[in-house]
Amino acid sequence: MKNILKALEDDARTTPEKIATMTDKSVDEVKTVIAQAEKDGTIVRYKTVVNWAKAGEQEVDAIIEVKVQPQKNVGFEAIAEEIYRFPEVRSAYLASGTYDLALLVAGKTMQDIAAFVTNKLSPIDGVQGTATHFLMKRYKEDGVIYDDRGGIHRLTVTS
Amino acid sequence: MADKRRNIISQRATNIPPSGIRRFFDLSAGVPGIISLGVGEPDYVTPWHISEAAISSIKKGYTMYTSNYGLLELRQELSRHLNHRYKIDYDPKSEIIVTSGASEALDIAMRAVIDPGDEVIVGDPTYVAYIPCIIMPGGVPVTVPTTMDNDFELKASEIEKRITPKTKAVLLGNPNNPTGAVIEKDELLKIAKLVEKNDLAVISDEIYDRLVYDGEHTCFASLPGMKARTITCGGFSKSYAMTGWRVGYVAAIPNVIEAMMKVHQYIMMCAPIMSQIGAIEALKNGEDSVVEMVDDYNRRRRVIVNGLNDIGLECHMPKGAFYAFPSIKSTGLTSDEFAEKLLLEDHVVVVPGSVFGECGDGHIRCCYAVALPDIEEALKRIDRFVKKHSG
Ligand SMILES: Cc1ncc(COP(=O)(O)O)c(C=O)c1O
Repeated sequence: MKNILKALEDDARTTPEKIATMTDKSVDEVKTVIAQAEKDGTIVRYKTVVNWAKAGEQEVDAIIEVKVQPQKNVGFEAIAEEIYRFPEVRSAYLASGTYDLALLVAGKTMQDIAAFVTNKLSPIDGVQGTATHFLMKRYKEDGVIYDDRGGIHRLTVTS
Repeated sequence: MADKRRNIISQRATNIPPSGIRRFFDLSAGVPGIISLGVGEPDYVTPWHISEAAISSIKKGYTMYTSNYGLLELRQELSRHLNHRYKIDYDPKSEIIVTSGASEALDIAMRAVIDPGDEVIVGDPTYVAYIPCIIMPGGVPVTVPTTMDNDFELKASEIEKRITPKTKAVLLGNPNNPTGAVIEKDELLKIAKLVEKNDLAVISDEIYDRLVYDGEHTCFASLPGMKARTITCGGFSKSYAMTGWRVGYVAAIPNVIEAMMKVHQYIMMCAPIMSQIGAIEALKNGEDSVVEMVDDYNRRRRVIVNGLNDIGLECHMPKGAFYAFPSIKSTGLTSDEFAEKLLLEDHVVVVPGSVFGECGDGHIRCCYAVALPDIEEALKRIDRFVKKHSG
């Protein structure tokens, strides 16, 4: 099971046939495990990591720290949901420390993100304050280092 | 006048055969879009926590010689590690030397054991450095053929046939480069019996000990009675992706260690201190990385071996290391021709089996410590190549 998931995590397009070879299992067995993992949410989604800058697309990302007033009975859940439902919010986390919610927000321009903060996020009842940090350079995402190992080459033949 | 000058090259250096690997390195230079299965090292870079430990040690000023034996903490970690994995006790103070790679470990082991004219039994095909390491102190290599029918396992019965009054030692490469063969415990026990009966020494190169996929690695020195006769050589290059660090070790009983120490202290003094510090970190906290890399090699192993068999290049499933060693006899080419033409026509580098000994002829060594997409592309090219040459 772990080996099957690892193969898919490395490359979501790996076919069940190839995974069967890699893990020394039958194709049917692999298909069953994948189907089950998809069903029970172990596999959340198949995703492609795109270097948008390379594709010539503009994208601006920001990490936004949000301080919120927790509500009776539901704590942070209701406010968190109100916030993470916005499509601009790529990722949302409840965090310990000096603020409560950590958001990763994406837009085409800085103005987009500024508008999201002023018009959508700040006015929400219970949001006490925000701090927006624009991201200036992407070094690593989802475990992948961008433009990694430039210039590092193994020799072609060694003993 | 030049012809009157004497040749300054020694007979001993002249007797060492030139490396068949270097020619392929030169051939591959400048060929565009090459995929190389010709390497003998991991494609991973060293796990970051190990590199970090070394970098920070340099910043703190750890830039000196260490004890000739190596840092005591590293020897303690090695002792603990060998005990934990193989249930063998090596005293960190008197039974371990930290070396500059398993390469140096092999060299000092041979020099400590071999007198001129002593015969050393070694499997064929074999790691390229073994025979030169035997020849350099004046030893005489005696090769034992291994074949694909037995998954290239070295057999005690074949060793026995080659024992003479001059036999001093057996050199084991387990797991084996280039065949990926692992000698099973019951066979090792038979070899141990022979060693006992004929009063031999064993140099056991176990640098691929962690890269065993089916079954378990047996440390030769852990077999009954064998610690006193065995020099265990090991290292960090393969298991922890640390080839450039040049750090390894030898373990043996104290009087053998003292003999090796005489060589080590004068030719090497000590292994680089920053590499030793990295090695301590590797042993202390590197287990997760090893497991992750081994799992990954294992997946690639199955892909390449299945792929080669599908192409029609018969290949046993190697149990260890990270090499597939298929037969190319079906193509009618020699392994040298195969490797050279494949490189020039379809831009894949493999190593001809002939460089590893007579029994390697008719095979090629394909390293699968290579990114999966590259393995797949290489398989496509090899398929095209084989079709072209069997028509
Ligand atoms: C069988 C074998 N022994 C020893 C070595 C040398 O390893 P090190 O990098 O520790 O010197 C290698 C490296 O290719 C090897 O394959």
